[in-house]
Amino acid sequence: MKTLVEYQWPTLAVVVALAIWETVVVVFGIHEIILPKPSTILTVMIAERALLIRNMWVTLYEILIGFGLSVVVGIGLAIAIVHSKILEKTLYPLIVAFQNVPRVAIGPLLVIWLGSGISSKSILVLLVCFFPIVVNAATGLADVPQEMLDLLHALRASRRQIFWKVRLPNAFPYILGGMKISITLAVIGAIIGEFIAAEKGLGLIIMVSTASFNTPLVMGSIAVLVIMGGALFALMSFLADVLAPWRKVS
Amino acid sequence: MNNLNFSVYNGEFLSLVGPSGCGKSTFIKLTCGLLRPTSGQILLNGDPITEPIKDVGIAFQAPILLEWRSVIENVLLPIEIIEGKVGRHHREHAQKLLTLVGLSGFEDAYPRELSGGMQQRVSICRALVHNPYFLLMDEPFGALDSMTRDRMNKGLLRIWEEAKKTIIFITHNISEAVFLSDRVVVLTARPGTVREIVTIDSPRPRDPAGSDFRNIESHIRDLIGEGTWEW
Repeated sequence: MKTLVEYQWPTLAVVVALAIWETVVVVFGIHEIILPKPSTILTVMIAERALLIRNMWVTLYEILIGFGLSVVVGIGLAIAIVHSKILEKTLYPLIVAFQNVPRVAIGPLLVIWLGSGISSKSILVLLVCFFPIVVNAATGLADVPQEMLDLLHALRASRRQIFWKVRLPNAFPYILGGMKISITLAVIGAIIGEFIAAEKGLGLIIMVSTASFNTPLVMGSIAVLVIMGGALFALMSFLADVLAPWRKVS
Repeated sequence: MNNLNFSVYNGEFLSLVGPSGCGKSTFIKLTCGLLRPTSGQILLNGDPITEPIKDVGIAFQAPILLEWRSVIENVLLPIEIIEGKVGRHHREHAQKLLTLVGLSGFEDAYPRELSGGMQQRVSICRALVHNPYFLLMDEPFGALDSMTRDRMNKGLLRIWEEAKKTIIFITHNISEAVFLSDRVVVLTARPGTVREIVTIDSPRPRDPAGSDFRNIESHIRDLIGEGTWEW
């Protein structure tokens, strides 16, 4: 894990970029609707902090539910695929084909079926997230050296023993790697879902602020999203280091 | 493989040497009961093998340890599989084995913290922990540098003398086979058959530079050379 000291350079770069941004807007007299100053954005964010935080929780909730479901569904599918040749031949091509459908295009359909509440967004997040998890989990479950399998079979190990003692722990780093990829996709999925139809959420705030030309609030909402997404990814990385310290799978 | 006809005596150290393609991985699977011979039988203590033996200890060329388990948990794996649970006496036995190979103090270390030679020693302990009838070793030191390999060979002889186990040792390294074994089965390829079984009476430790040693070595080399070679 990076020490705090290593963050000094990126932080410095960000501060310098913000300073340049502020200066450019002032010097060139750019209108607030086109490109607001960082200081204006910050002011608006503080003024509207209750609104932003309230809606952030909604988006976060959708992300976590959808992501949680995708982990369960993804691992479940992977276990099925690894243990049954029939399921492997039928399910896996279907899953890959489904990946080629732009899942976000299904978004409006989900609204018709589930309404504009949290569930349509959560399901969209699920559809967007489960693929990396299935693929990584299936790879990890299957990626046991043949010699180990020979050793286990020679000892007359049961399929259940092999699964719980070897396959599943072996798959951990792979699954966590898949989860790191998926969590970033989850944020995108939730926001696009909210763009399509929402009662609450940061995506909705962005849409409404855009419609009223409130660019500082648009950018403020994006800033909150960036922070939220960054925190989720950092949490996922931390989890990966703690739960599977023996191997890094990216 | 064809006409593979020999016996392994209780407590002996037997090596198999041969060129690539002589069927050694098939041999391993047959000896463990993972494969059935298409003709003939394999007898263990007089009874034919019809299913995986369970009382065999296997060490491969790569240590193949479970990375998420500590050293002692890796050693205890066969006990978990066979007995279902691990008792205190099992743990003590595993500890003794680790001490025998010179790894006492490393019980709670993880494989990634150990060198290749150390990991291989753990894998040998794992092969011994469930008190198997015999040990099957498939080029266990093939991936190590020659100095480590020499040390491991000497260590293996010590373990063999302490544990008094039958060892079937497969190797491409003729000098290693002559250093370690009571008898060397020389195989040829395509089909894999027994060319000759060389008995080595010399007392151990043997001197690889000695003339007896070198004579036996070149004899075996000639035998193998008469078969077909492949790069």
